[in-house]
Amino acid sequence: MAGELVSVAGLHVEYRVGRTVVPAVRGVDLHLRPGECLAVVGESGSGKTAIAKALVGLTGPGSRVRADRLVVGGQDVNGLTDRGWRRVRGARVGLVLQDALTSLDPVRPVGAEIAEAVRNHRVVGRRAVAARVRQLLADAQVPQPELRARQYPHQLSGGLRQRALIAAAMAADPPVLVADEPTTALDVTVQARVLDLLAARKAEGTAVLLISHDLSVVARLADRVAVLHDGVVVETGDTAELLRAPTHPYTRRLLAATPTAHRRGARLAGPRTTPARVRSPRPTGVVAEVSGVSKVFRGPDRQPHRAVSDVSFTLSAGEILGVVGESGSGKSTLAHLLLGLLEPDSGRIGLFGRPWSGVPESRRRRGQVQWVQQDPLGSFDPRYRVSRLIEEAGADRARVHELLDQVGLDRTLADRHPATLSGGQRQRVAIARALAPSPEVIVCDEPVSALDVSVQAQILDLFTDIRADLGTAIVLISHDLGVVHHVADRVLVMRDGEVVESGEVTEVFAQPAHPYTRELIGALPRPQDAYAGQPEGVT
Amino acid sequence: MTTLLTPVAATLPRARPALIAAWAVLGLLALAALWPDLLATAPPDAVDPASALAPIGPDHPFGADQLGRDVYSRVVHGARLSLLIGLGATTIAVSVGALLGVLAATAGRTADEVLMRITDVLLAFPGLLLALLVIAVLGPGPVNTTIALGLAAVPGYVRLSRGQALVVRESGYVRAAVVLGRSRAAIFFRHVLPNALPPVLVFATVDIGTALMASTSLSFLGLGPQPPTPEWGSMLAEGRDYLDSAWGLTVFPGLVVTVAVIACYVVGAHLRARFEGRTPGGR
Amino acid sequence: MISALRWLLRRLALAVLVVLGAATVAFAALHLAPGDPVRAVIGTLNPSQDLVDRVRVDLGLDQPLATQYGQLLGRLVTGDLGESYQLHRPVAEVIASEIGWTAQLAMASLVLALAPSVLLAVTTAGRRPALRRLSTVLELITASSPTFWIGTLLLAVFSFRLRLFPAAGGDGIEGLVLPAAAQAVGLIGIFTQVLRQSMERALDEPFALSARARGTGETALRLRHALRHALIPVVTLSGWITGALFSGAVVVETVFSRPGLGRTLVTAILGRDLPVVIGVVVVAAALFTLINLVVDLLYRVVDPRLREQAA
Repeated sequence: MAGELVSVAGLHVEYRVGRTVVPAVRGVDLHLRPGECLAVVGESGSGKTAIAKALVGLTGPGSRVRADRLVVGGQDVNGLTDRGWRRVRGARVGLVLQDALTSLDPVRPVGAEIAEAVRNHRVVGRRAVAARVRQLLADAQVPQPELRARQYPHQLSGGLRQRALIAAAMAADPPVLVADEPTTALDVTVQARVLDLLAARKAEGTAVLLISHDLSVVARLADRVAVLHDGVVVETGDTAELLRAPTHPYTRRLLAATPTAHRRGARLAGPRTTPARVRSPRPTGVVAEVSGVSKVFRGPDRQPHRAVSDVSFTLSAGEILGVVGESGSGKSTLAHLLLGLLEPDSGRIGLFGRPWSGVPESRRRRGQVQWVQQDPLGSFDPRYRVSRLIEEAGADRARVHELLDQVGLDRTLADRHPATLSGGQRQRVAIARALAPSPEVIVCDEPVSALDVSVQAQILDLFTDIRADLGTAIVLISHDLGVVHHVADRVLVMRDGEVVESGEVTEVFAQPAHPYTRELIGALPRPQDAYAGQPEGVT
Repeated sequence: MTTLLTPVAATLPRARPALIAAWAVLGLLALAALWPDLLATAPPDAVDPASALAPIGPDHPFGADQLGRDVYSRVVHGARLSLLIGLGATTIAVSVGALLGVLAATAGRTADEVLMRITDVLLAFPGLLLALLVIAVLGPGPVNTTIALGLAAVPGYVRLSRGQALVVRESGYVRAAVVLGRSRAAIFFRHVLPNALPPVLVFATVDIGTALMASTSLSFLGLGPQPPTPEWGSMLAEGRDYLDSAWGLTVFPGLVVTVAVIACYVVGAHLRARFEGRTPGGR
Repeated sequence: MISALRWLLRRLALAVLVVLGAATVAFAALHLAPGDPVRAVIGTLNPSQDLVDRVRVDLGLDQPLATQYGQLLGRLVTGDLGESYQLHRPVAEVIASEIGWTAQLAMASLVLALAPSVLLAVTTAGRRPALRRLSTVLELITASSPTFWIGTLLLAVFSFRLRLFPAAGGDGIEGLVLPAAAQAVGLIGIFTQVLRQSMERALDEPFALSARARGTGETALRLRHALRHALIPVVTLSGWITGALFSGAVVVETVFSRPGLGRTLVTAILGRDLPVVIGVVVVAAALFTLINLVVDLLYRVVDPRLREQAA
């Protein structure tokens, strides 16, 4: 045990919900040495966040923590009182949470948050606090630390905020850093830089406990991985070893569901379960033509901002077109233009050779272009049951059942409220509704980004099946290159409203022509990285 | 700026016994308002000089006033006017406010701009000042009090229902309906109205209590129903001259107002909580 | 900076609109009201026609409506609010002599209500279930009790029974305690509810978890982080609060026979003294807009997220 900064044996965490006790963590062992990174990987509900909270003694009211041994930061914290914990938190162990916008106090300057940590543990004298805060921000690679310390969280970009949060967690130089989904809300290029920062801390000797749902992120940083399922560690081992040859079936399933771990086009969630049905005659040729489309918005400062700028492409029947970009790239505006929810300022969109943009609503044949939104629940009228939702799209009862079969949902779900369904089931309902008017095109805006990987895999497989069976053209909009790479035939890479690169997915990914595409692909974490050597530094 | 008569009261007790008690109180008040003779022991204006300022006793459970009228019976008979004013004022406020609010949200930019600027101006006034101004014009009396309190609360409901309608209009499901090719009218009647109005109505249940309290305040000031009509606020005002000798004259009418308002708040808060629990995201 | 300036200009324009609107509504009210204002001025039951005509000319009521409206606005600019029918004094003078009393009462009530509310919210938010439950019940009762009743009860107990405070009038602090307390009681209930609710919400936010994970103690967390978030909705409610303070003043001044704007207004309404009603409405409107403006500025201090936004 000597030299271990974190040594946990038989950790149990339970939550009391009403009168019942729900176990979240059931007997977990963890060990972590200086300069080492252990990743705890699991899907939502696996208990990974409960572990993070237990390591800082903040599981909250209504919870109970039991452990045979609980050593954090080299100090025995088993059964510590809150007063005792306070000397451990920040000083022996730091915590970094997901989404720094809500994890930093929105009404206080960033510097005040870091200074609070400095003062709590009397790291330096009162007068040296400001200098220490600047130093910490600089260490976290925040440019212009002087200025940033005076700014509020909403004034910083997502990446800077996350770095400031790491600076606050490191303020008292704790030997252990617990990072709970530190990069989840970030764009892929920013994500890479935050991971680099954590790697630098690790190199300086900090022990990092990385909590994530994403095996690809883990591959980049972790030395060892513990796979958590239902509050139990089902498999643990050396990262490269575990990713190359997973032994537990759950690990295998999780890894199989990760698109970047795979040959393109391979089924992710196992053999298909939905019946194949072929529509005849299948359409062929060009379905939609987009030529020189632009859309300008006025921002709060009344400055015109080109959300979509001179975008042109064609969409063929039975094709999956991926649209990739980071937040603010204009990909959602493009979706709204395709759906006819927005009119382009210039350029035109045609459907089967007839104009689609710029025509009165009554002349549009709405059923031809359908939509699957990121948040399925928000796209359902809260008063409606599943059957009524699909009937609103023009289906009768028999057709509702047929559609439910098609998306792999049990017919008995027709009488349920969507709020009582799981995230994956809701997205299937949304897809069933989109299929109801037998559309030629389905626009899917981030359809899987809110889902766990295993569920995401099933939905991606469903898209492939729909394309194969019905010949429907699908526009798949995603920030996730792995997803697009896996299912799309062609891809548009968008940045600041412009298409910087387009082409066959295989070609674009193999030989990206534009520097931005190269950067995106370089920043993409892949499980293979763990055993194919560390990726080259991102430019 | 104010949006509503009553600030959110979401932390009110929601225990089952409290809720049952609140409904029981409302039931009793409704009974008193509809058939006061079932509960009262004497006519509200039966003068009896012999028992003037009589203390609390078996004959007069709440005592008797300076003219010997039974306070308990007057309190029972007072329920009708107080409840009518509270309910009437809230009905005026909700119906006019919701109509204008939904109109503002859907009728286009110019109408919205004009309506909301007027609402902003009116919202800058406290409700009671508006009500007093209306009474200054129309004169005192129960009907005018109802109109005054109702009109004073309209701007808050315009803002609330417009906000609700806008949230629904921008929601994913309304956009989904557009993509499905539903007509504007179908979207308005099937999605916007049914989803925007219920929260407004639920908010209104809490405001009935506030309107009740405000109406008794106006009566207390002599601006509501005039004596000898039994009304809780004016009874309390009359009883003030006898604070030394007969405290029942002021304590009981005020107590009834408080209990009635509590009942409205508890039931309203419960309805609101149930309603918010039903809609997604409100859990 | 530009957006802040634009915001301020917009708010000022709105303020002018409010006062103008108040004057217009009040003017319309004067002419809509049943009964001839001239007879209200004279007061005697059967004045001679000659007298009526003379007073009408004196008041300018013989002019066309448009001219009268113009004259009203013209006088408003110079601060002339006309003359009271009943008090036979300039309305501006009446208001000037009464407004101090009401302001004093409002300030005292606000302080008396905020202090215990903050204390209760900070100590009971998210903990001490028994105390929290008791506090919740008390808040409900106080928020539901009409001010005139509370005032009357306070009078009965502290003035008539215990003889601690004067029943009516009274100068200085002594005469202020009971009226301010009567007003504060109802506000405490609502303030505590709002403060506690938003505080509990703030304590549930990830930033509270982050702060705790930095070794910040519970009290420091509540005072340094959560309280500021809890105050935001109170600032949002400020319009409602000023309204409640004014409405309260109307009632409390009557209960305690205290001088002030509220009682002047009620007396004027009952006596159909329309110039006074109009004067109080216009002054109150100007005052409320000013308070709202100050509060909105304050809002931006409390919540930096609003600083960049155009209103």
